[in-house]
Amino acid sequence: GAILGATGTRAMAQEALKPNSYEEITTYNNYYEFGTGKDDPARYADALTTAPWSVTIDGLVDNPGEFSMEDILARMTIEERIYRFRCVEAWSMVVPWNGFELSDLLNMAGVQSSAKYVAFETALRPDEMPGVAYRVLDWPYVEGLRLDEAMHPLTIMATGIYDKPIPNQNGAPLRLVVPWKYGFKSIKSIVRITLTDTQPGTSWNKAGPNEYGFYSNVNPTVDHPRWSQATERRVGGGLFAGREPTLMFNGYEEVANLYTGMDLAENF
Amino acid sequence: MDFVTPINSAARRVPIWPLYILCALPPFWFLYQGLTGGLGVEPIKALEHRLGELALQFLVAGLAITPLRRHLGVNLIRFRRMVGLAAFYYVALHLLVWLVLDVQILGQIWADILKRPYITVGMAGFVLLLPLAVTSNAWSIRKLGPKWRQLHKLVYPAVLLGALHFVMLVKGFQIEPLLYMGAILMLLALRFKPARRRQFV
Repeated sequence: GAILGATGTRAMAQEALKPNSYEEITTYNNYYEFGTGKDDPARYADALTTAPWSVTIDGLVDNPGEFSMEDILARMTIEERIYRFRCVEAWSMVVPWNGFELSDLLNMAGVQSSAKYVAFETALRPDEMPGVAYRVLDWPYVEGLRLDEAMHPLTIMATGIYDKPIPNQNGAPLRLVVPWKYGFKSIKSIVRITLTDTQPGTSWNKAGPNEYGFYSNVNPTVDHPRWSQATERRVGGGLFAGREPTLMFNGYEEVANLYTGMDLAENF
Repeated sequence: MDFVTPINSAARRVPIWPLYILCALPPFWFLYQGLTGGLGVEPIKALEHRLGELALQFLVAGLAITPLRRHLGVNLIRFRRMVGLAAFYYVALHLLVWLVLDVQILGQIWADILKRPYITVGMAGFVLLLPLAVTSNAWSIRKLGPKWRQLHKLVYPAVLLGALHFVMLVKGFQIEPLLYMGAILMLLALRFKPARRRQFV
């Protein structure tokens, strides 16, 4: 069953979250390295070699190095987290992730006191990723979090969905999940994690700084310049599915204190 | 080798009214697919995109007819009204799916049309096509005389707005909408190129 934890309880209590089906979660994906169509990742991501896999953890850490997936998994505790997932394109899902808290991994590496941000990088394999032949984005895909966001207990590294190994199209073998931010922040197939003292660049922010901010918290009151973020449609509702109101921080209001005193319309 | 004559003589023999029916049918098939899972797990967006893309394809086909005749001698002019009306049919259905299935909320529809440039651009394209669809009949051609040709030049800005709508709505730097825009600009540019006199056999 889901381990909610003290921080998860409030958001979970708002409604009983009914997860989307495995098929819905694994056939409707954005993973532009495999193409920009929603069905491209499910079609082409099979080509990605996910074993062996290792993650380089470097920068402002006490124990930098390259860690194999086996090594990481042996030291982490996998649990289930049922989270709402809200895409910046105004669709949403509920996903039963399996994974561990990112803070556990960062503590393993030993975060130095001067670190303020965490930068992430996705694998770049032109031979296995047909989409990177097009400069849709500046490859490799990179993302970043402020350290307190990264250490928040809601922030996980996912390794599975529905108790199965995470499929390639969903970011195998290891992806970030930050449930109160738009989906693109939850970077897939991570090969490098770097602790820094300066705000790292992020792919979508570089591609469209007026459309995608560094924070990208789900916020129904701050529209994307090209579309409204006030409502969303749950994937899987069929041809006559209505829209639902989008919740502040995607319903995870316990993170609000991370942004005390910040203008979230400016720091979008 | 003459490939033009067989095409032209075949084109003369094809009856047009069955083509109207043929072009009208796919949306019903899409609707059936959408109801039965054939359009994937987010059928509303899939339906919207498919209709919009077909609309653009018919618009491009319509724009190609005049250059084909002027520069290659391929005469498909008798299909032009059918192609144009099919394009309008797909544009209208694309808009209808957006209104009825996608946005649903009346207040937000107006807000979107006014506030979102790619929707403003798309709507402007649709509005320009309206008088063309209404006057795509023999009676209007007779009634309007030379003004009819002038009026139907509105299709040029309408098609450009349609392609721009596509370019503006995608995320990141994507090739497909730019290919449509490129094809349309080329077909429009060909109209300014003097026709080469062909020898007909």
